[in-house]
Amino acid sequence: MRVSEAIIQIQHLSKTFGGGEDAVHALEDISLEIQQGEIFGIIGLSGAGKSTLVRCMNLLERPTAGTVLVDGQDLTSLSEKELRLARRKITMIFQGFNLLMQRTCLKNVCFPMEIAGVPSAQAKKRAGELLELVGLGEKAAAYPAQLSGGQKQRVAIARALATEPKVLLCDEATSALDPTTTVSILGLLKELNHRLGVTVVVITHQMSVIEEICSRVAILDGGSVAEMGEVQEIFSNPTTDAARRLVYPGGVSAVQMPESARVVRISFNGGTAYDPLIASLAIDCGVKVNILGADTRNVGGKAVGTMLLGLPAHPSEAAKALSYIRAQKNITVEEVPDYHE
Amino acid sequence: MSEFFISLFEGWGFLKVPEQIEYLSDFGALAFNIWETIYVPALATLFAYIIGLPLGIILVTGEEGGVSPMPKVLMDVLNTIVNLLRSVPFLILMVMVIPLSRLILGTSVGTAATIVPLTVAAAPYVARLVEISLREMDRGVIEAAQAMGCSPWQIVTKVMLPECRPSLINGLTNASITILGYGAMAGAIGGGGLGSVALMRGHGRNQKIVMYAAVIILVILVQVIQSIGTAWSVKSDRRINNNTKSKRRKSL
Repeated sequence: MRVSEAIIQIQHLSKTFGGGEDAVHALEDISLEIQQGEIFGIIGLSGAGKSTLVRCMNLLERPTAGTVLVDGQDLTSLSEKELRLARRKITMIFQGFNLLMQRTCLKNVCFPMEIAGVPSAQAKKRAGELLELVGLGEKAAAYPAQLSGGQKQRVAIARALATEPKVLLCDEATSALDPTTTVSILGLLKELNHRLGVTVVVITHQMSVIEEICSRVAILDGGSVAEMGEVQEIFSNPTTDAARRLVYPGGVSAVQMPESARVVRISFNGGTAYDPLIASLAIDCGVKVNILGADTRNVGGKAVGTMLLGLPAHPSEAAKALSYIRAQKNITVEEVPDYHE
Repeated sequence: MSEFFISLFEGWGFLKVPEQIEYLSDFGALAFNIWETIYVPALATLFAYIIGLPLGIILVTGEEGGVSPMPKVLMDVLNTIVNLLRSVPFLILMVMVIPLSRLILGTSVGTAATIVPLTVAAAPYVARLVEISLREMDRGVIEAAQAMGCSPWQIVTKVMLPECRPSLINGLTNASITILGYGAMAGAIGGGGLGSVALMRGHGRNQKIVMYAAVIILVILVQVIQSIGTAWSVKSDRRINNNTKSKRRKSL
């Protein structure tokens, strides 16, 4: 069932730059599926291959091996001309906006339609509507140099929507923007996904971007997919090192602790409110635990996150606390043996 | 009284003053020489761009990683030709292309005949100027155009050339002035214009007043071309909004 809904199917994709001893394996054997209408995140640290991967989705980079199916069409088998036509259905926005600086905003939005051969009057009308849609109707006659970063990205989004794409690729689209503007651009993407049904693929190095809008995420590390799944799952229970590095970027701050104490990391997997746990631990078991660090947030209306707890130094009290926490629903516990190192 | 001034000028090396004043006050003759100084380089610039603009575009788009890569051998050949032509001193090049002028125009002497060597000398220069302008282009914008399904031809005509317009205009200004200077040198092979006047009359017949007058007119011409070119380039540049433009004017 799911296969038929997939808008992007990547199978065993590899990309190698250069050859011989200098060859750089940017991507190695990547397979993933992006469903129609979802907001899919691809996250990774610099050099993980995210930008190469997204460029393989519209074949700005030609994969060394593997296939890229967009809407059932194998892009790798298309001629240059056919590929140019296919690209109208899978458009892209960038970190640097990449607007035409010598054209007005309206003319920028007209540009892809001009390329597609849409009659000028019709293109202008639609461009005006798209600028209204992104909230910049009054800026039609302005040049990009007169706009702020967030406004430029809105024009770029309007431009990307001009050819009625099925997929919108966002390559670090908010990385050059301040936090407030980032939130508003992400809000716009979410709204467009909702209203137009356009599938959105978000490439980023910021976990906050993923948690803000994505439903599913793939974590890219060293050119391959380290982990993939529902954002909530991965957030609450990262199983790979790459995922942990992204979920807890700063690590957790050290608190004065007796050397002998055991430290556990507990993860809230949604559904449970986390605040009462520590209190009920104290009331029900009479055990006091130290909160060494916490990173809890609200993802998709559910509480997820982790807490680092220092158990009491006394072994029997520690065991009591541990079994109490283990008994809770939607909470997983994991011992951190090397905390004191 | 005038006898006194004449002897004074003669003492400074200015001879035959009446003759010189006669030439300079003959508006028709002078105007014709100025006209030759303008139309010959103007035509040469036009022809140089007809050859040099496509060549400059190919130098950028045809390279490895460009929007329409060409065989490396071809690119190497093009680059070598451009460099070779640019390294031949103009005076020698003028003599070298005499057979070509004869082939195209049927003559190798006279004002019109200087258009051929000027074009040959200027085209590779123009190609490099165009190349420099187009290299300023933001790679990201070209990538965006490719992602939107632009063909290489559309990228050149709809993205690269319009986006680089201010810089291309600056290049045109630069090329016109250089070609104007080359044109003045063409006096040596029988071309007309102020260069020839300064050379033949000023130097050859030792009419220094005429020489200085010709040079001053050339300086004014260069100034005018530069001012028009700069103003046009700034006015056409949409990256500078009106606020910064007025600020810039104030600071000048």
